[in-house]
Amino acid sequence: MSKSLFDKVWDSHVVKKIEGGPDVFFIDRHFIHEVTSPVAFLGLKNRGLSVLYPERTFATADHNTPTINQHLPVEDPLSANQLKALEDNSNEYGISHWGLGHKKNGIVHVVGPENGITFPGATIVCGDSHTSTHGAFGAIAFGIGTSEVEMVLSTQCIMQPKPKKMRINVNGQLGKGVTPKDVALYIISKLTTSGATGYFVEYAGDVFENMTMEGRMTVCNLSIEMGARGGMIAPDETTFEYLKDKPLSPKGDAWDQAVAYWKTLKTEDDAIFDKELTFLASDIEPMITYGTNPGMGIGISNNIPNADAVEGGVATYKKSLNYMGYEENDSMIGKKIDYVFLGSCTNGRIEDFRAFASIVKGKRKADHVTAWLVPGSHEVEDKIKEEGILDVITEAGFVLRQPGCSACLAMNDDKVPAGKYAVSTSNRNFEGRQGPGSRTLLASPLVAAAAAITGIVTDPRDLL
Amino acid sequence: MAYDKFNILTSTAVPLPLENVDTDQIIPARFLKATERKGFGDNLFRDWRYNNDNTPKQDFVLNNPIYSGKILVGGKNFGSGSSREHAAWAVYDYGFRCVVSSFFADIFKNNCLNIGVLPVQVSPEFSEQIFNAIYEDANTEIEVNLPEQTITIKSTGAQESFDINTYKKDNMLNGFDDIDYLQNIKGEIETFANGLML
Repeated sequence: MSKSLFDKVWDSHVVKKIEGGPDVFFIDRHFIHEVTSPVAFLGLKNRGLSVLYPERTFATADHNTPTINQHLPVEDPLSANQLKALEDNSNEYGISHWGLGHKKNGIVHVVGPENGITFPGATIVCGDSHTSTHGAFGAIAFGIGTSEVEMVLSTQCIMQPKPKKMRINVNGQLGKGVTPKDVALYIISKLTTSGATGYFVEYAGDVFENMTMEGRMTVCNLSIEMGARGGMIAPDETTFEYLKDKPLSPKGDAWDQAVAYWKTLKTEDDAIFDKELTFLASDIEPMITYGTNPGMGIGISNNIPNADAVEGGVATYKKSLNYMGYEENDSMIGKKIDYVFLGSCTNGRIEDFRAFASIVKGKRKADHVTAWLVPGSHEVEDKIKEEGILDVITEAGFVLRQPGCSACLAMNDDKVPAGKYAVSTSNRNFEGRQGPGSRTLLASPLVAAAAAITGIVTDPRDLL
Repeated sequence: MAYDKFNILTSTAVPLPLENVDTDQIIPARFLKATERKGFGDNLFRDWRYNNDNTPKQDFVLNNPIYSGKILVGGKNFGSGSSREHAAWAVYDYGFRCVVSSFFADIFKNNCLNIGVLPVQVSPEFSEQIFNAIYEDANTEIEVNLPEQTITIKSTGAQESFDINTYKKDNMLNGFDDIDYLQNIKGEIETFANGLML
């Protein structure tokens, strides 16, 4: 039977099949961070187990780190304790550790690709659902729970039934001001947050072929928000170009051999998918969410739908709008906002800062808006400075913070206060996600920039 | 043995008929700072359960003394979002051993199975019947029979069967987990790893 990209990578990592059960699935690269790993290490200790392949695991601190004054001791004792646990565990088991203050420290899904840890055809897991990001390279990458982190540490394998396959095609040319984030939010709005549950997605079509790696990472990152375990895009010259000469990418003959293999990682013409969907690029406009899950998104010029026009229960829908303080049929354009967050594993890369700067250049931040601009890594931070983006945003009244997950999940001090509205380039608008009682509008860096300047939800195409 | 064995569970149930209950609601991120698996039940559904001043929200089901039990019955797409296993730990630590829904998010379901909480997926119609039965009489018992793979509303006798793969079923019945299995095939794993290019 003809194989898809997903089949090729999955099947080549099955150590053993269990009748009536999951596959024993080998993991090439494992990322760990301070929040979901401590209990896994505790489990190893309780069972007297060691780490089988420490060289296949990479630790970075990101979820729970401050984004200012990183040179000072972390004030919150619980956070400090988690960071210390990650460092101690990494040292004890011989795992590479990029802790706070390390020049390679940053968000796990930003620093992994930047350093060439991610590669096509790899299987990659992390105790974080946005591990799907790495699928942009043609890897099978997905989030796991802490019990599975313990499995990977001790045996480099997890037990997984092979998911079903879905292909999502988006063809045509994206319009002005329409970004990879909008493509993803558009797809999620069509599928709902459970539309791809049980599936692994392959993104195909000219829109993805023409995307940069940063854009592909944004799209694959958001696969989990439609319920999919992960999403992937076939590797091509764009992928190889990005990975060449990265610190941990193969070098010399090993590189040539790897690329020769990576070029075979394409879905064959007559491969069959359990589900296939096709969208048109020209139907997509800048998106914004109005509710409390990422599926509750609309084109920015549209009104909030009526309860009877959406799938699912009316009670849940009304609870959501009530939380947001919005009404059915409201226009999103013109809604007042209080906070803007640029960053996260979804949109914390250099292109996202370039996009943000393209709007705010020569303008001023609205006085009542608090803006948090948080690069995904020190490498992104350095490029922001080198490219003159720091000057542009500083002149516009913005301050650049230090790398980390920050207000995406608000585990650190970057919390949006109760009742306040934040336009956020992150990935989740769940109740309280950005701080207890906070209200999140998910959008692209362009939409975030436009809102930061005007203080209200604004169509970025008016400012481009 | 890694966790409690699961065989037949007969219990009253707690109804939570909301859809898309995400793991940020089950346990908010600010309660993920522990380095041990302790006390997560106290913060289960924290922001739905308590006001800012830590007083209980009277209208939330966990604060309603009428409803209790070892079974949580949720709405469609239960456990979406973050992969945090803390959500499953919180459900377990609070005292639930089984979660029933007409649709589960993948990672949450997997995490539950890995710690010995049984996720039981039922049809939307049967889910409706369970909610109705509980709302009619909060003392309604639900029987979850893992060996037979059935779920029964005791008061009405209505029954449905549910799916679970035989490997996981065996694990749940015996209280084994995947690490027990994987440790036993380490040799095969090492042979496999030796053949990899990168």
